[in-house]
Amino acid sequence: MENTRPLLEVNNLSISFGGLRAVDDFNITINKGELYGLIGPNGAGKTTAFNLLTGVYKPTEGIIRLDGEDITGKKTIDINKAGIARTFQNIRLFKELTVLDNVKIGLHNRFEYSTLAAILRLPSYFKVEKEMNEEAMKLLKVFDLDKEANLKASNLPYGKQRKLEIARALATNPKLLLLDEPAAGMNPNETKELMDTISFIRKEFDMTILLIEHDMKLVSGICEKLSVLNFGHVLAQGPTQEVLNNPEVITAYLGE
Amino acid sequence: MSKFVDSIKSNKKLQSNLITFGMVIILYVICQSLAAAGILSNSMKGLLIQFCYYIIMAVSLNLTVGILGELSLGHAGFMCIGAYTYGIFAKVLSSGNLSRTAILLISLVLAAIIAAFFGFLIGIPVLRLKGDYLAIVTLAFGEIIKNVTGSLYIAKDSHGLHFSLNGTSDMVLDADNLVIIDGPKGITGLTSGVSFTLGTILVIITLIVVLNLINSRTGRAVMAIRDNRIAAEATGINVTKYKMLAFTISASLAGVAGVLYAGSLSTLTSTSKNFGYNMSIMILVYVVLGGIGSIRGSVIATVILVLLPEKLRFVNSYRMLIYAIVLIAMMILNWSPSARAWREKMINKIKSGKKVKEAK
Repeated sequence: MENTRPLLEVNNLSISFGGLRAVDDFNITINKGELYGLIGPNGAGKTTAFNLLTGVYKPTEGIIRLDGEDITGKKTIDINKAGIARTFQNIRLFKELTVLDNVKIGLHNRFEYSTLAAILRLPSYFKVEKEMNEEAMKLLKVFDLDKEANLKASNLPYGKQRKLEIARALATNPKLLLLDEPAAGMNPNETKELMDTISFIRKEFDMTILLIEHDMKLVSGICEKLSVLNFGHVLAQGPTQEVLNNPEVITAYLGE
Repeated sequence: MSKFVDSIKSNKKLQSNLITFGMVIILYVICQSLAAAGILSNSMKGLLIQFCYYIIMAVSLNLTVGILGELSLGHAGFMCIGAYTYGIFAKVLSSGNLSRTAILLISLVLAAIIAAFFGFLIGIPVLRLKGDYLAIVTLAFGEIIKNVTGSLYIAKDSHGLHFSLNGTSDMVLDADNLVIIDGPKGITGLTSGVSFTLGTILVIITLIVVLNLINSRTGRAVMAIRDNRIAAEATGINVTKYKMLAFTISASLAGVAGVLYAGSLSTLTSTSKNFGYNMSIMILVYVVLGGIGSIRGSVIATVILVLLPEKLRFVNSYRMLIYAIVLIAMMILNWSPSARAWREKMINKIKSGKKVKEAK
């Protein structure tokens, strides 16, 4: 496996906000099919790193390569088209739309017909809409959300909203899925279920996943490799158990 | 046929759209038969065409305010562009042998295109802004359009068109010149009167365009931007493109409403009374009271609120007072949480009552 090209390769990624270097010399290499965790205390720069990867911020320095393609400094939508999809720490669903429509927006760039075809209700509209509905329902079924398809997204219970956000991200057919604190605000049962879902997605969609998480049970339970950020620096990197036993990491998390 | 009925029953969006169209058609039939029976007073007949252009204005503004989620206060400006497109076109061709219907139809298409062009042009700077700032800038553009058209002089002679902002005396014209726009005096000598049928057809076309747009890939993208711009971008939606598209279509439809408006007049002027911000705010009131994002609500609210001031003429000086009270009452009944809860309770009661009857 040594000779295969890594899916995501990040070198010397840095960003400064005024005098503050929120992320400094961040390096990460993720191979295809890996489940990678990014942890660190509050304010360590984890979400900023995600925002750099998805083009919300432009890095001051460094290079991001996805599957060999340089995506540094590209716009969010182009990075999404290149194959990175994400979820958000504070859920960002399209609240007023139905569960089904949320997923169909994820399918937006994979199925096309013109606006004119929509206004005139040409045959291409009906054909493509039918395909979109089928594809969206397939995805919803995977997440056990198919019964709620016609509910407004904001009416879903919290755990299902998280699931819907993942379903929407997967609908864009990404190569790499970024999950920003997927277990935030979940009770132990929901977290357990989420762990199963993540493992399932990985198998079912053959997905490479990078996730930010505070829940150590989840991290140690499913991640193969970890990166620990502290004050914007990478503190430790490597296989999960090794990293979690690293004295420096324990100090950063628990204090002396 | 039964398959068709089933497909309607299973599709709630389609059902709701059909109700909207049905409503408009029933309203049209009622008004037409009343007019034919001679029951309709002259002032009411004048209102019929007003219904049409105000509904088009309200529905198209709802596309910007409710579907795109951006507050626009300059919608009357696009109506002004449409009105003047018709005015100029009709004036230039008035000596020709084109029939009035042909002139109307051609200027409808032209007005839609020109208003869309201005919508696009104004959208470029405006849609970079958000919220209150966007509202203020659209207000300013609306006023600019009104003021420019209100002080523009255009005349035609054998040398072609002449433009001026100072008056016709500034222009060197042949003896056989034709003054098209005479500054604040506007465009005179137009043939007034547009048929209610044409108005209703345009209302239906507007509804088809807007409703079909909402229930499509494009409409979903626009609503996604409204609900969460950051998530829409991360999901691969081209935010600028779809914002521009919705704003341009909205402007274009306002241009169509402008043609209807101008078509019902013999003299078209551009004053703060007809194309100023008061008009934009009034249309916004229709949209807000009908329910932001609800197309059918816009139609109903417009009909009620256009009819009301006319029907309240008998109370003379109390007219605007009562109008204001009705506005407040509609706001409370439609939007206060307790009133909505009460309304839902009543609907459920009626529904469960029906079921009990069926069970018996």
